[in-house]
Amino acid sequence: MDETSQAPYVEHHTPPQGFIRNYVFSVDHKIIGKQYYGLALVAVLIGMVLSWLMRIHLVWPNSPVPGLKWLAHTSAPNGVITPEYYLSLMTMHGTLMVFFVLTNAPFAAFGNYFLPIQIGAEDMAFPRFNMMSFWITFLAFCFLIAAFFVGDGPPISGWTAYAPLSAVGAVAGPGQGTGQTLWGLSIATFCIASLLGSLNFISTTLDLRARGMTLMRMPLSTWAWFITACIALLAFAVLLPACGLLILDRLAGTSFFIPANLVVSDQIQPHSGGSPLLWQHLFWFFGHPEVYIAILPAMGIVSHILINAMRRPMLSHKVLIYSMMSLGFLSYMVWGHHMFVSGMNPLSSLMFSFPTLVITIPSTILTLIWIGSLYGCKLRITSASLFALGFVSLFVSGGVSGFFLAQPSIDVLLHATYFVVGHFHLVMGVAAIFGVFAGTYFWFPKMFGRMMNEKLGKLHFWLTFAGAYLIFMPFHYLGMAGNVRRYSAFVDDYLLPLMPVHRFITIAALATGAAQLIFLYNLIHSRFRGKPAAQNPWEATSLEWTVPSPPPWDNFGGKIPVVYHDPYQYGIEGATDDYVMQNDPKNIPTVPEEGLR
Amino acid sequence: MAKIFAITLIIIAIASAVPIILHTWYPPPDISTHGALIDEQMADTMIEAGVSFLAAQIILAVFIWWFSTSKPGQKIKNFPGGARGLVAAAIVLVGLEVLALGVFGQKAWANIYFTPPGANAMPIQVQAGQFAFYFRYPGPDGKFGPIHPELINEATQNIFGLDQDHDQDSKDDIVTAQMAVPVNREIHLLMHAKDVGHSFYVRELRIQQDFVPGLDLSLHFTATKPGKYEIVCTQLCGLGHYNMKAYLLVMSQEDFDNWMKQQAAAQ
Amino acid sequence: MATTVHEPPKIKPRARKGGTGSGGGGWRDRTPRGGSVLALGDRSPAASKTGVWVGIAAITMSFAALTSALVVRQGSATDWRHFTFPSILYLNSLVLLASSFTLEFARRRFARFAILGPDEPSTSPLRWLHATLALGLLFVGGQYVAWVQLRSQGLYLATNPSSSFFYVLTAVHALHVLGGMGGLIYVSSKLRRSVLRKNTLDAASHYWHFMDILWLYLFLLLWMKV
Repeated sequence: MDETSQAPYVEHHTPPQGFIRNYVFSVDHKIIGKQYYGLALVAVLIGMVLSWLMRIHLVWPNSPVPGLKWLAHTSAPNGVITPEYYLSLMTMHGTLMVFFVLTNAPFAAFGNYFLPIQIGAEDMAFPRFNMMSFWITFLAFCFLIAAFFVGDGPPISGWTAYAPLSAVGAVAGPGQGTGQTLWGLSIATFCIASLLGSLNFISTTLDLRARGMTLMRMPLSTWAWFITACIALLAFAVLLPACGLLILDRLAGTSFFIPANLVVSDQIQPHSGGSPLLWQHLFWFFGHPEVYIAILPAMGIVSHILINAMRRPMLSHKVLIYSMMSLGFLSYMVWGHHMFVSGMNPLSSLMFSFPTLVITIPSTILTLIWIGSLYGCKLRITSASLFALGFVSLFVSGGVSGFFLAQPSIDVLLHATYFVVGHFHLVMGVAAIFGVFAGTYFWFPKMFGRMMNEKLGKLHFWLTFAGAYLIFMPFHYLGMAGNVRRYSAFVDDYLLPLMPVHRFITIAALATGAAQLIFLYNLIHSRFRGKPAAQNPWEATSLEWTVPSPPPWDNFGGKIPVVYHDPYQYGIEGATDDYVMQNDPKNIPTVPEEGLR
Repeated sequence: MAKIFAITLIIIAIASAVPIILHTWYPPPDISTHGALIDEQMADTMIEAGVSFLAAQIILAVFIWWFSTSKPGQKIKNFPGGARGLVAAAIVLVGLEVLALGVFGQKAWANIYFTPPGANAMPIQVQAGQFAFYFRYPGPDGKFGPIHPELINEATQNIFGLDQDHDQDSKDDIVTAQMAVPVNREIHLLMHAKDVGHSFYVRELRIQQDFVPGLDLSLHFTATKPGKYEIVCTQLCGLGHYNMKAYLLVMSQEDFDNWMKQQAAAQ
Repeated sequence: MATTVHEPPKIKPRARKGGTGSGGGGWRDRTPRGGSVLALGDRSPAASKTGVWVGIAAITMSFAALTSALVVRQGSATDWRHFTFPSILYLNSLVLLASSFTLEFARRRFARFAILGPDEPSTSPLRWLHATLALGLLFVGGQYVAWVQLRSQGLYLATNPSSSFFYVLTAVHALHVLGGMGGLIYVSSKLRRSVLRKNTLDAASHYWHFMDILWLYLFLLLWMKV
């Protein structure tokens, strides 16, 4: 038997033929990765526009928004956003961003594209499931967008869809009819797609690694995708039945979440015995791991890029991996911190507070290792490394506000205020997105064989980094002053003096949003007119840089690599350059990366 | 460019901290008996968070500044102590902090939730419904009459669905749109949700608690300073959520008695 | 731990009774000896087995969520009404249990068939597969009968939380059983064309046995609670 490059068996598919097979219903993980990225891009643009509409409404509530009259002629007939329309925009903004952007882009898009290559596989373990996974996600997206076009509009219950508001049906308000049902259907569909995707990631990582690619030799991005897939598997498996039960309450008259004697719009609701807190528990049992699903891939991508930019491995490869694992594990123990004042047993609140505080330990370890590894390095500044460094700064900022929210007694003051909104936007809405940006600038040459424009990239970085802080830092101040969230207008006495802050934020948001056009332009222009890229433009060591840019349909042209080195052999004495690639068979003394030093 | 980044980081860090230090936007002074513990907790956390934030951002900036220019042939150096030192620092520093915040911090929480209301606490029922708060005082008999959901009628202003013809206890119940309480008197707040989830938030009282339909929840507090404060809803309840509020009036016992007489007469 | 290498580290080989199996980690590859053209287990994807276990983990989690929903719902109000446990469920359980046995017979027959080659009729494992499918169909039909029994008691989906959970749990399980049957049909068609790999059959079998075990759990849960 040929020992040198025996590929672990993969369902061999022949090179694709025809446009549909090649680009539409493709089983090639690279195409699927790009499809996920494209979907995420569409979702983020829609989500961003929704946030602009929200911010504009908050500071100029009575002015018609240019263009809205035609875009939303039923919901905003004269271009003025109503309170219910504001809440629909908010619900769709959150749903699109959390599910279709933050779960898709760092995880499904980049993971699908690069995980197989980074471990030396020709494709994912189940290529057809992979294809189904994307198209089911697309179906979920269609269900969600359809909510914009139904009679009563999209739901107004937020991306968290608390019962009974989300469960009693149209009687609870506009958007709570078909719109909410479509939301439930969309999310349930998304769960199925996500489960299939996680299945693929886990099986591929465990079974399709090339010879020499031990688990500890996988790059940090692969580790992050793998851990994320494990988290996602269990989290989405809980959200799916929860959405099912919600839909049954809405359509079949069951009472899982609806108690008796509710008088909504002067009508007693024909339900009884259900528990609104049950929905919250089920939702947040998914919801908290979900935010780690959003951030972990970005951590992996950023670590991967930073190491390359610093020309050195992290101070400890293993510690980073174990920290990411413990984040994943602990993420399942803290969901109640979303429910401190929800009416659940106050003792439970204290019990959830402890693991929530403890989860700062692995987060701190990660941050200290990132910062500590910068010491003594040889930092190269590129668009990708700037976004990666920006990620570290933003993760610190977003994480630190968590100290407050983790304590129930302080949460009494800050729950449901803009403080929370600032916290999660900094970690998810900015830091995780910075991971996506960093990954884009870093991997674009590999994916498309062309370089992105570095000048534009750096400009994009500066505007976005400054803009993000200008937008979201003030949220914390608003929260401390008690500015309640999810308000479509600020009419309370104590909120009126805060309007100047809101105006500042809105202007910053519009400007930062506009700056993203630079990125969009760069993306599209470079795709067709970018400078042709070398195979390894960043002088990196992992396996994706051993294949042509872009890689052939089976990644390695039939010659599966054999791996001889740890993934981040930078700064090696005796090496020709300052790095050694993972599949380099030359006898070079390499520095052990693993273990605490 | 790295140096500019470093400077930007430091500017952002300091600029972010300034409004906090200056208390430009801060919680209003507290008027409750348990608020001081919360405020102390907040202050302690602020110091720890602030120090961590500033230290991390500044050190990040300094390292970026120092190590972005390297001479050819320069060797990679390790942070003194390596990963081991940093892990130990993380566990010790954060561990200590967790201990401090968690263990000592639960006092404030226990004060609100683990102590039962005193025997002398005045019961007031608050009903949250789309999109207003209404309050009910038990009247001279000290008892609340039962709620009949089928009788709830906004038009006839039967907010609580009381059957004052047949239920003895309901006859003297007083329903109001504002909540008045005597200063320095413990209040036992009974929370009832009419339709969907709502929440009761008074910043100055340092109280926030969700209403859960189907659950009988309660809070107790004592207001220590007279004044007019806002009660706002913080749990998304529908299109009128932004507008759902009421006033809390804290007044002297004498003023309160007068107010109650007026309200009783207006029933 | 210096790794001065020009050779990849030795990966501890799993028990390999024939063939090389996959490279960097995989599952025990119990491939049959002998060079039968039908024994495609040599280079069969271990990933299908991993995949099934991962799927089983996810499904377990979903039913765990439904279980806790049931427990919380029962405890959160006083309106849980017990009803007569449909008697056909005892029979259904035996049917499903039997189907696991027939599937195991199919697996053993397949192992022999794979070794002995075309001399051993392929109809033997195929027959047992078909028996499994028939029993599976009988089971699903029997679940439907259970619902009819419930309806005759006046218990529908929304009548009471106890009946709600009964319908939801049995329906979701039955749906997954139908999925398992789809898998077995796929396996049968591959067997008929003599291109069935052992790992594929193993994966489908693990899933089916899991459906059985899951049912036994749900049976106990419902028996205790409804």
